[in-house]
Amino acid sequence: MIWVSVVIQGVLLGAVYSLFACGLSLMFGVMRIINLAHGDIAVVGAYLAWVVATKAGVSPFVSLIVILPAMLVVGYALQVALLARSLRGGQLVPLLTTFGLAIVIQNVLLEIFSPDVRSLGASAGAITKSSWRITDALAISWFGVAILVVAVLVLGGLDVFLRRTALGREMRATAQDPDAAQLVGVDARAVYARATAIAVATAALAGTFLAIRSTFEPSSGPTQLIFAFEAVVIGGTGSLWGTLVGGIVLGVAQTIGAHIHPQYSMLAGHLVFLAVLASPRGRMLLARSART
Amino acid sequence: MTLLSVERLDARHGLLHAVRGVSLALAEGEKLALVGANGAGKTTLLRALAGAHPAAAGTVRFDGADITALPAHRRVALGIALVPEGRRLFPEMTVVENLLVAGRHRRPGPWTVDTVLDAFPLLRPLRHRRAANLSGGEQQATAIGRALMTNPRLLLLDEVSLGLAPQAVDAVYESLTGLIASGTTVVLVEQDLARGMQIADRVICLLEGRIVLEGAAAELTRERVTAAYFGLGGLGGAGGKP
Repeated sequence: MIWVSVVIQGVLLGAVYSLFACGLSLMFGVMRIINLAHGDIAVVGAYLAWVVATKAGVSPFVSLIVILPAMLVVGYALQVALLARSLRGGQLVPLLTTFGLAIVIQNVLLEIFSPDVRSLGASAGAITKSSWRITDALAISWFGVAILVVAVLVLGGLDVFLRRTALGREMRATAQDPDAAQLVGVDARAVYARATAIAVATAALAGTFLAIRSTFEPSSGPTQLIFAFEAVVIGGTGSLWGTLVGGIVLGVAQTIGAHIHPQYSMLAGHLVFLAVLASPRGRMLLARSART
Repeated sequence: MTLLSVERLDARHGLLHAVRGVSLALAEGEKLALVGANGAGKTTLLRALAGAHPAAAGTVRFDGADITALPAHRRVALGIALVPEGRRLFPEMTVVENLLVAGRHRRPGPWTVDTVLDAFPLLRPLRHRRAANLSGGEQQATAIGRALMTNPRLLLLDEVSLGLAPQAVDAVYESLTGLIASGTTVVLVEQDLARGMQIADRVICLLEGRIVLEGAAAELTRERVTAAYFGLGGLGGAGGKP
């Protein structure tokens, strides 16, 4: 029974990673940009939720009503002002740009909010403290399930958006051949900006959930970035359902590792990531990125 | 009435001066064939007309308006469509999805998914197949259909026979002849001289980025075009190399 509990907790943890990985996967899939500031953008979302929740005295969930639209705008502007220019410089420049952006964000957060560790758990209400107690060894947290549901809705919803809607088709077409897409009337720059807007908003959503679920500080971003990156690679690039599965596999690996010994938690996750990279699919992935 | 006029157009690939001072005018409904050897600048000229390659100098006017600085996707909205060299379909998308992407910014006009599938009946049974899994001829038909979905007034066709089996070329040209009869203005780049001259009203031969021969298709002999094509001095007409 204890193993059932370990796996279930792993799935719930993995849902958070999937949500983090969603935007990373989308930006890589559409523009071949690896956004090294993704984790830090998520932490910005967490701080915004903290500011709105404490200043306005509302639940962090309510604060998302303000934060998500704001972050869509921020993402759009980020693409138009910064990433579009750096994309013109080749593949390496966006990587460096987002690396620089990550450092800037971390230091600005440190300057404004101090290095104190914070959490939104206390202000989020009963949902974070409640759980279904199934047996003595197995309790399922309401909030964990809520995150899983949101992750499935967000990643599944985006998948349907990409497959079934006109805007989504444009996004896929631009991802496959931006030059040809423009020749049939698609404004590739607008498509890229929309993709970044969605990615930044989902990052802020993930960051807020992280802040409610555990703690955050200005330097929390890079760790989340690594987990998100591992989730994308485990799940295989180019598929959002794959990213959901990748995040969950990573979460389960971490909780199983932690159950064997607490210090094996991270290690187990990294080992699964390395195993996927070494597998035939991982080699295919590397070969493909070497070609492009 | 003049639909497209190009004045002293220059286009470069880095240091390579691919198109040098090309001027031409095209009346509505006219069919122009651009011929020339590999590297003569045909593809670059076509891409510059479509807005996919920046003009280094000169002007491009379409229906009276200066569109030299307009990006490709805005030119599509005005009615210019390019079928690019190598077809350039969206490989992971189905035939219908390829058409629908182009249809989103279509001008009003007769072309819809249904009419395109009517014009290329071979595509109808394949419409839900991924573009990457089509044969060359089927891909070319999809690429032409995709361009038609935008309801162009000016259709630019780049090497539609390249890399196709002879029967596939015949099939593509058979469909094209029908489309072209409907009055769309066409600029066609073709390596195969006979094909180009058979469809076009007028032929322009490019050599090293310049127009070395221009004339009505009916009046030009194969020998004159061949001489201009290879730059066999002086035999060509207007603007020949010194």
